[in-house]
Amino acid sequence: MGLYDSRNNRRSFSQTIDWWLIACYFIITVIGIMNIYASVHSVDGGNIFDPSLRSGKQIIWLGISLVAATLILLAIPPRLYEGLSVPIYVLTILLLILVIFIGGDVKGSRSWISLGPVKFQPAEISKIATSLMLAKLMSQTDYKIGKYKDFLITAMIILVPMLTIILQKETGSALVYCGFIFMLYREGLSGWYIVAAGLAILIFILTLTTSSYFAIFGLYFLLIIYLGLKDGRWILLLSAGIPAAVLFGMLPWLFGIIGEKIDNPDSFFFLIKPIYFLLAMIAGVIPFIIQSAYRKRHFYSYIVAAGMVAGILFSFSTDFIFNNILQDHQRGRIEVLLGLKEDPSGVGYNVNQSMIAIGSGGAFGKGYLQGTQTTFGFVPEQSTDFIFCTIGEEWGFFGSAAVILLYVFLIWRIIHDAEESREAFTRIYGYCIASCIFMHLFINIGMTIGLMPVIGIPLPFVSYGGSALLSFSLMLFIFIALRKNEKKYF
Amino acid sequence: MILDRKTKLLFGLGAVAVTLIARLFVIQIIDDKYKIDSSNNSMVYSTIYPTRGIIHDRNGNILVGNKVVYDLLVTPKEVKAFDTLEFCTALAIEPEFVKEKMDEYRRFRSRIGWQTLTFLKQLPPERYMKFAEISYKFPGFRGQARSVREYPYNAGGNLLGYVSEVDADFIKKHPDEYRSGDYAGKTGIEAAMEKELRGEKGYNIYLRNSSNRIETRFRDGEMDKEAVPGNDITTTIDAELQHYGQMLMANKVGSLVAIEPSTGEILTMVSSPGIDVEMLADIGTHYSEISRNPYKPMFNRAVQAPYPPGSVFKLVNALIGLQEGVVYPGTLHPCSKGYHFGKNKLGCHVHKSPLNLEESIMMSCNAYYCYVLRDILDNPKYGGVAEGMDAWHDYVQSFGFGQKLGSDFPSELGGFVPDAKYYDKRYRKGGWKSLTVISLSIGQGELGCTPLHLANLCATIANRGFYYIPHIIKDSDNYKIDNKYREKHYTAVDTCHFPKVINGMYRAVNSGYGSGGTASVAEVKGLEICGKTGTAQNPRGDDNSVFICFAPRENPQIAVAAYVENGGFGAAWAAPIASLLVEKYLNGEISDKRKPLEDKMLNADLMYKVKKN
Repeated sequence: MGLYDSRNNRRSFSQTIDWWLIACYFIITVIGIMNIYASVHSVDGGNIFDPSLRSGKQIIWLGISLVAATLILLAIPPRLYEGLSVPIYVLTILLLILVIFIGGDVKGSRSWISLGPVKFQPAEISKIATSLMLAKLMSQTDYKIGKYKDFLITAMIILVPMLTIILQKETGSALVYCGFIFMLYREGLSGWYIVAAGLAILIFILTLTTSSYFAIFGLYFLLIIYLGLKDGRWILLLSAGIPAAVLFGMLPWLFGIIGEKIDNPDSFFFLIKPIYFLLAMIAGVIPFIIQSAYRKRHFYSYIVAAGMVAGILFSFSTDFIFNNILQDHQRGRIEVLLGLKEDPSGVGYNVNQSMIAIGSGGAFGKGYLQGTQTTFGFVPEQSTDFIFCTIGEEWGFFGSAAVILLYVFLIWRIIHDAEESREAFTRIYGYCIASCIFMHLFINIGMTIGLMPVIGIPLPFVSYGGSALLSFSLMLFIFIALRKNEKKYF
Repeated sequence: MILDRKTKLLFGLGAVAVTLIARLFVIQIIDDKYKIDSSNNSMVYSTIYPTRGIIHDRNGNILVGNKVVYDLLVTPKEVKAFDTLEFCTALAIEPEFVKEKMDEYRRFRSRIGWQTLTFLKQLPPERYMKFAEISYKFPGFRGQARSVREYPYNAGGNLLGYVSEVDADFIKKHPDEYRSGDYAGKTGIEAAMEKELRGEKGYNIYLRNSSNRIETRFRDGEMDKEAVPGNDITTTIDAELQHYGQMLMANKVGSLVAIEPSTGEILTMVSSPGIDVEMLADIGTHYSEISRNPYKPMFNRAVQAPYPPGSVFKLVNALIGLQEGVVYPGTLHPCSKGYHFGKNKLGCHVHKSPLNLEESIMMSCNAYYCYVLRDILDNPKYGGVAEGMDAWHDYVQSFGFGQKLGSDFPSELGGFVPDAKYYDKRYRKGGWKSLTVISLSIGQGELGCTPLHLANLCATIANRGFYYIPHIIKDSDNYKIDNKYREKHYTAVDTCHFPKVINGMYRAVNSGYGSGGTASVAEVKGLEICGKTGTAQNPRGDDNSVFICFAPRENPQIAVAAYVENGGFGAAWAAPIASLLVEKYLNGEISDKRKPLEDKMLNADLMYKVKKN
């Protein structure tokens, strides 16, 4: 029973808790512990509960997290968060600044504070503090994101911890703060900011990591979705757009297969490139969009058509500038940044080994504790940042896809709860943590499968690391507590 | 349908999830690449390095052989605390070195993982055996045998070239052929014959068990591949002669090349100062020392230095003159201490005047060749000096000058022979005449010839009008040389004209002191050496000393070109050195009478005369 309930028409504790979130939390942390054990057992021996192993330590940290969670749910009045959000935020910022000067140097970043036997990263806590602070500010009744001053303060609240974390040389953690843009969008920020920035980043990275073809294909894919969404023409989307997208997605692969069958290197076939078909298709679609935009006086469609053309040009120019204009050393830096450079002992090594491990899992995986790649220490940072390799290798495509879907469910459930909430504070906080978990998920898994540059941030609830597990648990349970508090009355 | 923002965000979430899952689908199910790699990863391919082919000299002596050394490998993750002092004593290394390495491994431990790294390179077997006895105390360290080059003769450092570990650039240039840790020939014969010498790597396949220990042979070694040793190569070099040539050229800057005229085989090719074979075996340690040396020992002067040929080039002008019919053996030309034109003169030394063709070669008269060259260029049968110049250019080229000879030796340079177009550009069309280019008559001016060109000229004269492309790899059962080395290349001068020039060369050497012959110092009784001295101007100090000769007069066995930078008269250094080489080759030893001359040549140090670069 809650200690803080005073009204009579309250719902019981079990009715107010979102059990879906709790179940999700337990499943994911247990998956984490199992895979931490899988990644260390062969080298260090022992069983999963052995406290000298990382899996054992993680279990202890799970225990600590659960104690904290119980306190949050039962002992701490949820109203306190709103009231204390400013001091918590200020204290955290001070701690972040302090750690730059006194922090222990771990792998080149000065972001750790040692408290006796325990090391922790203030950057982990600051995500919660920033979320609370944003929720507090933006839930004020006179707050309007469109107002210049309000927007500026909001941006400051996000940028200050971000910059101090960059000063700690933890650029990866700082990147997570970019995720708050999704929350801002939900709260009224114009969507074009996201679209433009997102597309530019997407095209840039896709062009350099794969090819112009895939960058443009990505754009095309988005275009189809847009056309489907715009007028709700789902039938068109499903019947024509999706098959076309699948066809174009597989085109380079088909070309590869046909190319192998043709012996003559001068064959006409090699003059045709998959991108010609793609460009032809797009050239066919764009006039259609413009015509429809003209007929319906639909302003956004013009923007979409222009954006499509701009995106194609951007992709080609990225490709051209990168390969022809940049000098070798400049190109090298970007390649290292994007993890493109074959550097067997450096960045490229991790990604390559990680993809080998995941790829070797096949459809169903090699079975729990049966992995050969991940258990032999080929993949560095095996139990922390690259934990997803173990899942990929031992549980295969279906297992790892299931894990991703589990996260999607978790994030969806948070958003769902946030939307149901009647208090702006809870809603905004919910969106904040959904954004954080989303960014971690995307960057971390993207990195292990070569979609993202190597950015060392943990997979929430799964990666080994006590302070990370504890702070993600706090983050989630504060939200559950906020929800519980509301549900009691409504 | 208008969507609220929550739904749009959820769509975004869905799109990202689809992207991640699609990517997983590609690397786990569609793309085979990662599966192949991963079998490589749990199967351990242990490379067996082939022994490199041996390089023999023409008499079957081993010029380059192999010996076994050990690399000490370390797997940092397996290293336990050990007695540093004992470790260092056994390996004869400094404790600081060990500490530094260990610190480095600790710093990069997450990157290194289970990888095995090289701790020390090229330990001699005695040293490694000492360590191997106590190696059980040092888990994580193990030795790997590797064969490296060994040089029984101190001969031909520059020719042989060195072998060293391939770097990233090299691997990029030869994809699929080399991997990090392989060795490859980088210069000289080692580089030119790399494909023959390297052999094929083999491998043993092992399987790892679940704790990363190598447990079993994969399919009992059924899939293993034996290493195929490299092919042995025979060179045309005479190891003893090469060594002797290097001794003669010690402490002098220049080059000494000897060719067997009847085959075009290079017997000796010295570039001085050169690289000692001791350094070749361990090039890594000496590389910076060699590249810092101001005399550039890596630079192979024999095939890369374009020198003015000096008076030896008079032979070429004499032959062209004979062929063109502008000079006959009996043609007399006067010389009054030079050739006078207007207020200018091209000087000459004091000798009898007038003189005929043979005497002009014997006494190396400058004026005589001014007449010859002018008669060639201003021959009325050509429309003007430009046409005459081009005719002359074609003749000279037919001797192999002004172009790469096409030898099998890497990095050969072509030198330069000017033609009418060159002078048109330099002066202007019609702005020059035969007098303008008069220095060509005595092998000065714009000419650039490598010592190999000069040796080839000498072989051509010895053969009375043709040459085989000089080459350094000898035909053998292991390796068939290209047919182009068996083709005779005739010059544009008829065979009948050569004996007239050879008579002059014979008299230059064998007329005795006081006769006016310029190369009496090169005379060896019974060998019938025919030679021609040269003294080529060098803008950087004293003249260069040049000499070419062949012997014996009939059925020549050896043709030599010697080029000593800043050595002064041809007779001063180049002629004695070349004649000693000939004597050594044909007689096997130096006669007592010529021992003082040999001592003088072996001990002379001319380095002080040479300006450092």
